[in-house]
Formats: sequence, C-alpha cells, structure tokens
Amino acid sequence: MSYLHLSIALIFVILPIVLSKTLNLGLEKDTIIAVIRSIVQLLAVGYILKFVFDSENMIYILLMVTIMIFAATQNARKKGIAINGITWKVAVTLVVIEVLTQSILLGFNITPRTAQYIIPISGMVIGNSMVLAILFLNRFTAEIEAHQDETELILSLGGTPKQAIHTQLITSIKASMIPTIESQKTIGLVQLPGMMSGQIIAGANPIQAVQFQLLILFLLITTASVTSAMLGYLSYPSLFNQRMQLLRRK
Amino acid sequence: MTTDYKPAVNFNHVNYSIEDAHILKNISESFLEGKITTLVGPSGAGKTTLLKLCNGLLSPDSGEIFIKGKNISSYDPVELRRLVGIALQSAPMINGSVLKNLALPLVLQGKQLAEDEARNLLHDVGLEAEFLHRPIKDLSGGQRQKVSIARTLVNHPQVLLLDEITSSLDRVSQQEIEELIGKINRKHGTTIIWITHNLQQARTVGHYTWVMMNGEVIETGKSELLHSPVNEKVRLFLKGEVE
Repeated sequence: MSYLHLSIALIFVILPIVLSKTLNLGLEKDTIIAVIRSIVQLLAVGYILKFVFDSENMIYILLMVTIMIFAATQNARKKGIAINGITWKVAVTLVVIEVLTQSILLGFNITPRTAQYIIPISGMVIGNSMVLAILFLNRFTAEIEAHQDETELILSLGGTPKQAIHTQLITSIKASMIPTIESQKTIGLVQLPGMMSGQIIAGANPIQAVQFQLLILFLLITTASVTSAMLGYLSYPSLFNQRMQLLRRK
Repeated sequence: MTTDYKPAVNFNHVNYSIEDAHILKNISESFLEGKITTLVGPSGAGKTTLLKLCNGLLSPDSGEIFIKGKNISSYDPVELRRLVGIALQSAPMINGSVLKNLALPLVLQGKQLAEDEARNLLHDVGLEAEFLHRPIKDLSGGQRQKVSIARTLVNHPQVLLLDEITSSLDRVSQQEIEELIGKINRKHGTTIIWITHNLQQARTVGHYTWVMMNGEVIETGKSELLHSPVNEKVRLFLKGEVE
C-alpha cells in the first residue's frame, strides 16, 4: 500500500467527524487527536521496529519490552490508585507474565528467538495483560466499596483479611477474565482476529496464519488468568493494616 | 465508675479522629465485668466508634484500651474478635441461607455448625426452626437482626457489643431480645455493652449507663441516673431537647 492510498483512507476519519458535528456529539477534537496520535505513534514504532529488526541486538529488544511494560503500568495503575503500591504491583505482574510466556515460547523453540517474533508477541501479551489489569482493578475497587459491611462483618467475627475479602476478590478475578474467554468462544465465527487478518492480507498461508493466531489465543488465556489472580493476591493485603483492620478509603 | 467489680474493658485517655474530626475525646472509663452497660446519647456522639475500638475493628490514635486487664494491642486480632463479639446495627449478612450465616463464625475457623445447635440458636432469639434453610434475602429487617445476634453468640464471646440491635424490631421481639440478653448475662456472666436510642430500654435492661455527647462521656453511673441526671446536658437530652 502506498502513502497515497493510505491518505485516501482518511475518508474513514472524515466520516465520523462529520457525524459528530451533525449530531452534536462533541467528539470532533478527540477524534482528530486520536488519529494524529495513532499516525505519529505507529509510524514512529514502525521505524523503531525496522531499526531493531535490522540490528538484531538483544539490548534493543529488552529496551522495547521495558518501554512497553512501563507504558502499560502507567496506564493500568490509574484504576487502582486507592491501593497502596499499585504501581509496582502492576509492574511485577506484567514482568512475570512476559517472562513466563517468553520462557515457554523461546525455551521450547515454539517461536524463533528474533526481534521480529519477540516484540510483536510481547506487545500483544503486555497489552492484553494491561487491559486485564484495568478490568480487574476497576471491578475490585467497586466490589470493595459495595461490600464494605460484609468485609467488616467477617473481620468482626474473627476472620482473617483473606477470608474477609475472598468473595470480592474471586468475583473480580472471574469478571475480568470473562471477556477474554467469551471472545475466544466466537472467534472465527463472528470476526477474524486482527493478527490473522493482517498475515492473510500480507500474503501468508491462511493455515499458518491460523496456527499463529491459535498460539496467541493460548497465550492470552494464560495472560488473563495469571494477570487477574496475581494482581488480586498482590493487592488485597494493602487494604488492611497489621491489626487486620480495613483501611478507610479517602 | 466506683464499684467493687473488676473492669472487663478499660479505656485510658483514648482519642480517635477521622481526618480533622475528633470522634472520641480523652475517654477514661471502665465497663464492669459481668454487667450490662447501656450507651446512650445523640447520633454522632461516637458510640459505634467506641464499640468498634473494643472489638479491634478500629485502633485509637492515642491512649490505651485494656480487655480483661490485657492491653488490646497485645491481643492477636482474631483472638480478640472472638473474645469480644459485636452485633452491628446494619446486621450485614452474607448471601445464602440463615444456616450459612449462623455457621460463618465456625466456618472461618475451619469448623462446622451442627444443625441442632443452629436450631437452638434460632430458638434462643425467638425464630422458628423452619427459618434455618430460608434464603437470607427473604427475611425482614427484624428477622435479620435476630440472626445477626444469634451469629455473634456462636463464638461464645466474653464481652458482647450490641449496636442498636432492637431498633428495627417490634415491641414483642424487643422484649424477647431483652430477655435473651439478660439470660446470657446471668447464665454466662457475659459483659454486655449495649448502644440504644430507646431510653426506656436503657433504664430497664442496663445495670449501668454511659451518656455520650460529641465524643465525650459526660455522665456515667447506675442506670437509675437516667431518672435523675446530674449533668444539665444529659437532662436536656433526656427531655428530647438535644438530637
């Protein structure tokens, strides 16, 4: 695709702006900012990736992955700002997910040890983990707020913090995992996944594209469960003090 | 409070604040062992906070609290909360049946509650055995409050804290609960600290009464004090002139 063709595709951006103006949605500015940011960010990433792929230097790969984890942490932590130390808890979770998935992929030679595979797969895993962390923290914060009386009840009867928060924790872990599991049930029937579509458009063998997509789906299930469970069990102790009292939320 | 009885709960210059609001101010009083003490006072006086300090759900900013002569900070929180039981005003419940709620204190310890024992508990609080398997969401406010009291008794606490437990009950149920609490007190020597807005109840069920206002204990003594208080503010409160 040439840059001329890509420019013509901007019609798809003009349409929602006109619609927003007509219906007084007030989204014109946000749409323009989103488009400009995506153009700049993706082009920059494209050139950076080209440089990293050409250099084949492990330091650059590590640097890219570190930047991804940093950016994802900054984004996800906002939803759990009331939880003490949420930044490092999210960061540790993302690092563990990345190390776990890449260790299996590279350790069993499932994917080649090159930047071309490591970076895009890391991006999908870290990005998905970030979304899961946001979903979990959003729900967990709401559950704690809504069920403060029950938490206090269990503490008052001689329960431990873990017992007091168990129901809210499990509900939040399950709720954050459901979108991943549900979307995989209809995959291929309702929509073709982005990565697979991209490979097919780029001329890859559809069977090979499916194989890679399946690999990613398997990774995302692990990502979903490990992210929610790990973040949950790292987060809940911060809600209590050493005297097993529920810390008042400010 | 001058008496020959030992204190079960002793407050020594206790203060508690939330941000800039002083909820409890320099409380230095004792609840006597084996006695029923009622806590009365207008809303926002700090009564519920005082109960939560006894149960260890909150800790004082300064000062000391002693339970059975031992500093509250020396207790393991779990041990303390089984020793000092609390029935909360909102009677919070977990989803499920009445039996599931009654069994909760034992389930938290990895034990089970026998159905016979559960039926006896229901009987004690004036509920029929048929309630045992009923979903908690089908109970009225008063029935929930009774289950809440029965559940607190499962741990056999030596100090029992009651926060407005009869406020949502009809007169007959109120009397049943008053009799039950009196019976527990006499039979087991349980120290009872009972918050009530019902002054008639405070006069009849309590051996002693504390009157609290604005985070301070302004008058204590035998419950007869409610007939002839010394403090002018208490007199106004009893006349209904202080909300």
